[in-house]
Amino acid sequence: MTTAWQPSPNLPPPASTVGAVGWARSNLFSTWLSSVFTVVLTLVTVYFLWQILDWGIFSADLAGNDQSACDGDGACWVFVKDRFNFFIYGFYPDAEQWRVNVMFILLAALIFPQFFENAPYKKALGWIFLTAYPVVSGVLLLGGAFGLEFVDTDKWGGLMLTLVLSYVGIVAALPIGILLALGRRSEMPVIRTICVAFIELWRGVPLISVLFMASVMLPLFLPEGTNFNKLLRALIGITMFQSAYMAEVVRGGLQAIPRGQYEAAAALGLGYWRSMWLVILPQALKLVIPGIVNTFIALFKDTTLVLIIGLFEVLGGVQSAIIDPAWQNVAAEGFFFAAFVYWIFCFGMSRYSQALERKLDTGHNR
Amino acid sequence: MDEAAASQDNGSDGIIRMIDVNKWFGEFHVLKNINLNVGAGERIVICGPSGSGKSTVIRCINRLEEHQRGRIIVDGVELTNDLKHIEQIRREVGMCFQHFNLFPHLTVLDNLCLAPQYVRKVPRAEAEETAMMYLERVQIPEQADKFPGQLSGGQQQRVAIARSLCMSPKIMLFDEPTSALDPEMIKEVLDTMIELAETGMTMLVVTHEMGFAKTVANRVIFMDGGEVIEVNEPNEFFDNPQHDRTQLFLSQILAH
Repeated sequence: MTTAWQPSPNLPPPASTVGAVGWARSNLFSTWLSSVFTVVLTLVTVYFLWQILDWGIFSADLAGNDQSACDGDGACWVFVKDRFNFFIYGFYPDAEQWRVNVMFILLAALIFPQFFENAPYKKALGWIFLTAYPVVSGVLLLGGAFGLEFVDTDKWGGLMLTLVLSYVGIVAALPIGILLALGRRSEMPVIRTICVAFIELWRGVPLISVLFMASVMLPLFLPEGTNFNKLLRALIGITMFQSAYMAEVVRGGLQAIPRGQYEAAAALGLGYWRSMWLVILPQALKLVIPGIVNTFIALFKDTTLVLIIGLFEVLGGVQSAIIDPAWQNVAAEGFFFAAFVYWIFCFGMSRYSQALERKLDTGHNR
Repeated sequence: MDEAAASQDNGSDGIIRMIDVNKWFGEFHVLKNINLNVGAGERIVICGPSGSGKSTVIRCINRLEEHQRGRIIVDGVELTNDLKHIEQIRREVGMCFQHFNLFPHLTVLDNLCLAPQYVRKVPRAEAEETAMMYLERVQIPEQADKFPGQLSGGQQQRVAIARSLCMSPKIMLFDEPTSALDPEMIKEVLDTMIELAETGMTMLVVTHEMGFAKTVANRVIFMDGGEVIEVNEPNEFFDNPQHDRTQLFLSQILAH
């Protein structure tokens, strides 16, 4: 005789393991030792947090505009306020700074929607960011056309220079890196050898020596009187260096794609470039988003090294400002400000990459 | 003389012709003098123990593997290193794999539309229409907007079959299409393949599903050690195998 099968009912999990109390009990106060650590670490954290807030906010000085305004124990934000213009624009002429502001505003307007899933015109704005934006910004910052006064790159500095270096580095290094990664896996020996040589050469030298060679040694090899813009040399150096790193990150992703994907694309009649563009790269790049963003963040922070060739981005600007005799004991404030600026941008990139990973998750990670 | 044997005889105009095909993986001689003539509309099942070279044979037909000696002519085009010829042949030859190999980053519908859109340059709307028609035929139109990772193995394999059919191939190759499936799902895939056979598609199927071979195949090919040991029509093949090796193989797979 057969009996009809009745599925057992689904029960809720035990109450002691859910909710805030359940969580605290199992994670913070599960044992006697754990409770002691919880209490001690809480006290230590509160103490240091209080110290930092007291220094940075409660006892800090913000009014006034010279050293005499800073007499308390707290941070002297007057210094940062006074030199703020220099930290953002470098030596860019005051009367022309609106051009930099327009660049900042355009940047924010194009990037902001990318953080939201359903932002209107998101894709179009993204393409503008990659195509029209650099052209418009270049003309705007450099001038010499459309009635804009020419501003030499010697005068560029501060956050604006940081963003220019990072933008060009990021936007150029990714496609070059992808091509190098594909080249390194190519079946054609000449292409493979060239790509391997390029990657190993640039990856084998420190960025600081790349920049140094670009600024000091390159002019020695160029014909007398050739004036090769310093900023351009730095941009090329950074791009070459970072594309070598990017190539290895992307190659990691390419290697993780099963052979069956290549075969299925080939069996459908897709040629090499279409297979790569439509089938392999979308999957490979998605896998290595953390690595790509890691490289972007490293690149963003590495732009500080252009100090070595006499370009003053945010950190360089801070460093030159704190040795100004008009201000004493403002190193902590200056570096804190620089660190904060870098952190904002790097954290933004990190958040964006996480949003992207969530969006691209198609539930096949098994 | 039945239809299958006939196509074997007047072989010079077969849709697939393999003449003395040899292949090596490094030092390992994986295919030895393979001669095969497949007529249009013929359905061939290739079986044999693992490592016998049966998958390699069909993978040579669309150049996923390169043969080193002999000739392979598919639909009048000879396979050489000429990329144009290879792509021309691949457009006419569909293939289903053991592990489906659907593109996990694309929806089912996009998987189906991809090749028609980018290889055959069919407009998107038309490609979608064709795709939906084939999804109806493999009986999963309701899954069109899902990702492959959300489907069962049997459903994924049926999508893979539909994806190949969207290119309207003249020949379909199946490389152990049911070997990676749970027993419950094998039938749904085999049913789809039987239906496809009824439409007159030329099919080469590497499989251990002997029931399928009996119902569908015109000829069964048994391979071992990179050689074709025995070719026969299915009833003869199963009831009256000529070769010792074939008898041993059949006794092993039919024992349980």
